[in-house]
Amino acid sequence: MSEALAELSVSLWRGAAAGRYETYVVPRRESQTVLDVVTFVQRHIDPTLSYRFACRVGVCGSCAMTVNGRPRWTCRTHVSKVVAKADGSGRLEIGPLENLAVIKDLTTDMTPFFEKWQEAKGTFAPTKTRHDAIEQIRPDSAARVAADAAIECINCGVCYAGCDTVRWNAEYFGPAALTRAWTLVNDERDGGNTARLQAVAASGGCHACHSHQSCQELCPQTLNPTAAIAGLKRRTAAAYLKGEIKACETKP
Amino acid sequence: MVIARQLKHRNSALWFAAMVHRVSGLALAIFLPLHFLALGLAINGEAQLDRFLHWSDQPLVKLAEGGLVFLLTVHLLGGLRVLVIENFNWRDGQKQLATVAAAVSVLVGFLFLVRVF
Amino acid sequence: MNVRLYVWQRGTAALMAPLVLIHIAVIFYATRQGFSAADILSRTHGSLVWALFYGIFVAAAAIHASIGVRNILSEWSPLDARRAGLFAIGFGLILAVLGFRAVAAVVLW
Repeated sequence: MSEALAELSVSLWRGAAAGRYETYVVPRRESQTVLDVVTFVQRHIDPTLSYRFACRVGVCGSCAMTVNGRPRWTCRTHVSKVVAKADGSGRLEIGPLENLAVIKDLTTDMTPFFEKWQEAKGTFAPTKTRHDAIEQIRPDSAARVAADAAIECINCGVCYAGCDTVRWNAEYFGPAALTRAWTLVNDERDGGNTARLQAVAASGGCHACHSHQSCQELCPQTLNPTAAIAGLKRRTAAAYLKGEIKACETKP
Repeated sequence: MVIARQLKHRNSALWFAAMVHRVSGLALAIFLPLHFLALGLAINGEAQLDRFLHWSDQPLVKLAEGGLVFLLTVHLLGGLRVLVIENFNWRDGQKQLATVAAAVSVLVGFLFLVRVF
Repeated sequence: MNVRLYVWQRGTAALMAPLVLIHIAVIFYATRQGFSAADILSRTHGSLVWALFYGIFVAAAAIHASIGVRNILSEWSPLDARRAGLFAIGFGLILAVLGFRAVAAVVLW
């Protein structure tokens, strides 16, 4: 196959909430990623195209977009994997992430995603100062193993974009925020668990999850938010039955 | 927000399991008051209930009843899926289990039909 | 769905799992025998066991189904949380009233 002559037709979302897909033709290259394609369009065809990326190597989480209907990291998605035909004549359609407001073209407003992170109390609550002895954490303790299994989230938003419960329930925190809360629930050094369990026991919290498991299916870091959320459900139910937390609504 | 396009992960067996669970629950919830009303006919004596049972002897009604047995079984098994995920350690092979559960539900519904026809 | 509703819904679900299995067995048994109304009622009439079994089943189902309906309404309908909750309570009450009436119908009559 002659790589240099083959071309690829790609549809990119242009506009904001109202907009349309526009088609561009880019050269087909070996080991081409979807991010390569978007970058080519912006640099050589239409400089007004808006999109986000940073590291290009799958560690920052900035370049997530909807590729042929599925949220993915575009820098780690080879065109050959998502385009059906080897000669590049298959369909490639790239849009912004779902479940987030579109700012322009392929960029979305991630503010709600991070605000929910805060609402779910996904922040560490320290209990010691520099003058105290360092906490001895065994890496093979059950709690630390559970935390480590969920800790590698880089906030790419793919799980949030793929979650139907996020789509249907505006106050639902989403898989990423709850997974981070779960890692902190399992962190022996953290002192904020009562408030955290209370936060994720509210109406937008872990109990809204229906275990569709799209998040687990889609996470590029192979994390398992479904399992993390199940853990939160157990902990909050126990805390509620013991009277440590109350049932309440998430504040709008 | 962009108009929702068909999202490929919705082809997952586990997503289907969750949707079937929800829709079967809704269908059963709608059916239940009718079921209670039918049984409540006995208040006016067994003759009324007998008339109802006679009416329900028709093939279409039996078919519908088979459907209900399927819905009840599939909702039970889907619910067990949720209870296991939420209360026990994570297990692999869930997609296969979901497929087996669906097959068992169809089988139970089918066995019911065999018995009543 | 908050933790209180969750506990009630999962709790009634766990309670009903064995009840549903027994109910399916009863369905299979009764249809095989080709029971008439008289056959059914002669078995249920005055029976404390059937009264308790189906009484508990009705109560659990009314709670479980109404919370489930509430979830579906709040996610799939334009109703706000408060209205969805009110509708669900109403639905649960209807199920409870009709269900207990049905149990009374076959046990007491």
